[in-house]
Amino acid sequence: MATSHIIVVGAGVTGLSAAWWLAKSGVAVTVVDKGVVGWEASSRNGGGASHYHSPLFAEEQRLWPLLDDMLGYPTEYRRGRVIVALTPAQLAHYHYMAAMFTAQGFRADHVDSAQALDLAPLVNPASLGGIRLHFGGHANPQRTVQAYAWATQDLGGRILQHTAALRLVARGDRVTGVETARGLIEADAVVVAAGPQTADLLGSVGVVLPLSHARAEMIVTEPAPLMPMGGVDGNGLYGRQTLRGNLAYGGGPHEWLDVAADGPATRPTSPLSRNLARRVAELLPAAASLRVLRSWAGVVETTPDGRPVIDTVHGNLTVAVMSGVGFGLSPATGHAVRDLVLDGRCSFADLGKLRLDRFAGLADDWRTARGWTAAA
Amino acid sequence: MIRDVHALDGKFAPPERHVEVLVIGAGAAGTAAAIAAARGGAAVMLVDENPVAPDLMWADVPLHFGGRMTGAVDRPDRMIETLLAANPALAEAFDAGVEVLLGTTAWGLYVPQPGLAALPGSVVGLADSERSWLVGFDRCIVAAGARDLAFAFPGWEHPGVMGAQGFHALVEHYGAFDGRRLLIVGSGELAVATARLAERHSIDVAAMIEIRDGHSIARVEGGLHGVERVVLRTPAGERVIECDTVCLAVGVVPAIELLAAAGARLTVDAARGGHVPVCAADGATSLPGVFAVGDCAGVASPADTLDHRAEWSAALTADPSTTVCLCEEVTRADLTGVQPPGYLGARSAPMAARSLCSLLADGAPDQDQIKRLTRAGMGLCQGRRCREQVALILAAEAGLVAAAAPFTGYRAPVRPLPLAVLADWAETAAMTDGWDVWFGIPDQWIPYADIGTDREAAHRAALGGTMHL
Repeated sequence: MATSHIIVVGAGVTGLSAAWWLAKSGVAVTVVDKGVVGWEASSRNGGGASHYHSPLFAEEQRLWPLLDDMLGYPTEYRRGRVIVALTPAQLAHYHYMAAMFTAQGFRADHVDSAQALDLAPLVNPASLGGIRLHFGGHANPQRTVQAYAWATQDLGGRILQHTAALRLVARGDRVTGVETARGLIEADAVVVAAGPQTADLLGSVGVVLPLSHARAEMIVTEPAPLMPMGGVDGNGLYGRQTLRGNLAYGGGPHEWLDVAADGPATRPTSPLSRNLARRVAELLPAAASLRVLRSWAGVVETTPDGRPVIDTVHGNLTVAVMSGVGFGLSPATGHAVRDLVLDGRCSFADLGKLRLDRFAGLADDWRTARGWTAAA
Repeated sequence: MIRDVHALDGKFAPPERHVEVLVIGAGAAGTAAAIAAARGGAAVMLVDENPVAPDLMWADVPLHFGGRMTGAVDRPDRMIETLLAANPALAEAFDAGVEVLLGTTAWGLYVPQPGLAALPGSVVGLADSERSWLVGFDRCIVAAGARDLAFAFPGWEHPGVMGAQGFHALVEHYGAFDGRRLLIVGSGELAVATARLAERHSIDVAAMIEIRDGHSIARVEGGLHGVERVVLRTPAGERVIECDTVCLAVGVVPAIELLAAAGARLTVDAARGGHVPVCAADGATSLPGVFAVGDCAGVASPADTLDHRAEWSAALTADPSTTVCLCEEVTRADLTGVQPPGYLGARSAPMAARSLCSLLADGAPDQDQIKRLTRAGMGLCQGRRCREQVALILAAEAGLVAAAAPFTGYRAPVRPLPLAVLADWAETAAMTDGWDVWFGIPDQWIPYADIGTDREAAHRAALGGTMHL
């Protein structure tokens, strides 16, 4: 399609990756965001890049090791992961997962307690072992978001921070621009990757996207000596050891909440920090004396089946809403969005099961029916 | 009503204790508030983190102790005796029936609000050296005091560079100050009070310096025992002062971290120490049932203005190689270059070419963004030593007045707490049973190729419960 100017709404990891891919294709791209780049869930996650279940995963795995060079800025990507069980139920679960990975062609080995300890010396010596993934990995979310932003700018893309998108503007079956807090910006095509705010924006042109929103929490400790394998989780946790040595872990209950059109009002953490601390101390007892320095929370959007929607939904309007797995998949998501916008189809994966129309016929009260609503 | 079994509501146990009035901080304001509430008939708990564990004192938490402690701080019994002797009002509080918990840190304040409705009421997280627990309250009076305003300069990493509040605590509360001769930075009320305190305890004051008189620190030189001398920059050239301690007494910062982390509304008050909670006349903050009294609500000091702080900051950190964040070893040049930490290895050409200027084109400086990129403020002292000066440096680089300097939020735990201490070792069955790594939506993890096939049901069954990604 002949495209001269594309607006991406949302300077999170998905929108910025899309903008970078579009800019790489020589398209004029403008990213608008209500705040600074990556302020919401894109920089408030565990940095995991192991989303084996996604059709984007193979492309994600191809791209991560190349990303620092492609973007020109560091992401702290490291490959591999070990998942450690402390209970027989966990071990059975992880073994089931390993079988799923292997069936898809991604190598995962069973490891015993001693092998787990070799990979991650802080791990509980009394663990039951677990599985080692020879794929997947982790990166620094905050650094990665900024890397996409800078790389986009280096290619001539514009990023307008503090420029909230208020509504989409359509004429007939085409979106002609985005009304922002700084006025109307016209566009030949629009990408919405605005996380929790995506549903309201699509609603402004009559497209219904079912989303609920929740707050998820993490904690981070002071640095520990670097382990050979930084991607260590299990015992109900996801997380990683950063290259600085800090242990950053999340997991556990989330809190459903309402998000206003202008985004999350607050992102508080709760005493859940204590339950996370307990599980980290159990998983990594040699780190139990390390001090927790901070906690953080992010607000995550979730579709009814927990899977992304990546789809061109309204002529020249493409949506990428990732339902809580946006960070790790981002290198590939941007590529897919670029393909959808410029070529009308994804060149490297079938995305048919991620289309929006799978939710046609969903009852209006689906959130209430599942209890996915804010507590009173 | 249907609830998601993996959601947070209903997972927390009721707090271990509930008190009518919880007072945080046993300084003058907190002790007075506790006594008044108890005499008014309320059941009152008064908690104070002193005596602080030596490992935290070495990390300059909560005050800038600068490693100038004697071995006395390793003897908790003596510390408590000294503390009680230094604060006779505590005896009065005991007599009034106040329950006093010393050595007890308030590390989190949680008040129900939209997006945080799953709490078991309004609670404060407390911890001693062994464990943490939650206490509910009808009213919480935060009297957390103030902390030291630190400044970086070449050589400030030497033991003996400390804050006026840290000096005051070691001398007056702990009887554990290990220095003999001070150079005092600043000349306002705080500096004068510091000099008087030193005099009362027969500690020499070598000099008091003031930037507005053209005096600043070129560098501090030290040896095995820390600071040995200060090289001053004066209108008449460099001048060397022999001393073992440099006491930063330009100003103090209201200790708002508990209130800020809980979501209390803040404002900048340039005449009262910077960011302070918005308070009604009776101390009521924007959080229901939470009050702020004493220095944490603002410290009035005519000499300590934000502009004056900016002058000191500009003079002391003029050298780009000055390490501003000691925990993470971030220099002023790293900060203004928004450069990543050294452990990431060689910087790519595009990375090296980036600077604060290239970010300022996108909007006003954002201290959280800078912190994430450079790691300034991400270390063990939780940014206590560098937070204000990073903000001042960013403001200066952006051409902003000090009152418009950026601000980075606080997060619980507001004191570094060991995992094993913070841990909830007695969580509810609902928490244990409802725990899931991520949302508990089995459909999310079904391999793409299997969606819509007869393998889907088996995956859904197997992936339920404690899923892992």
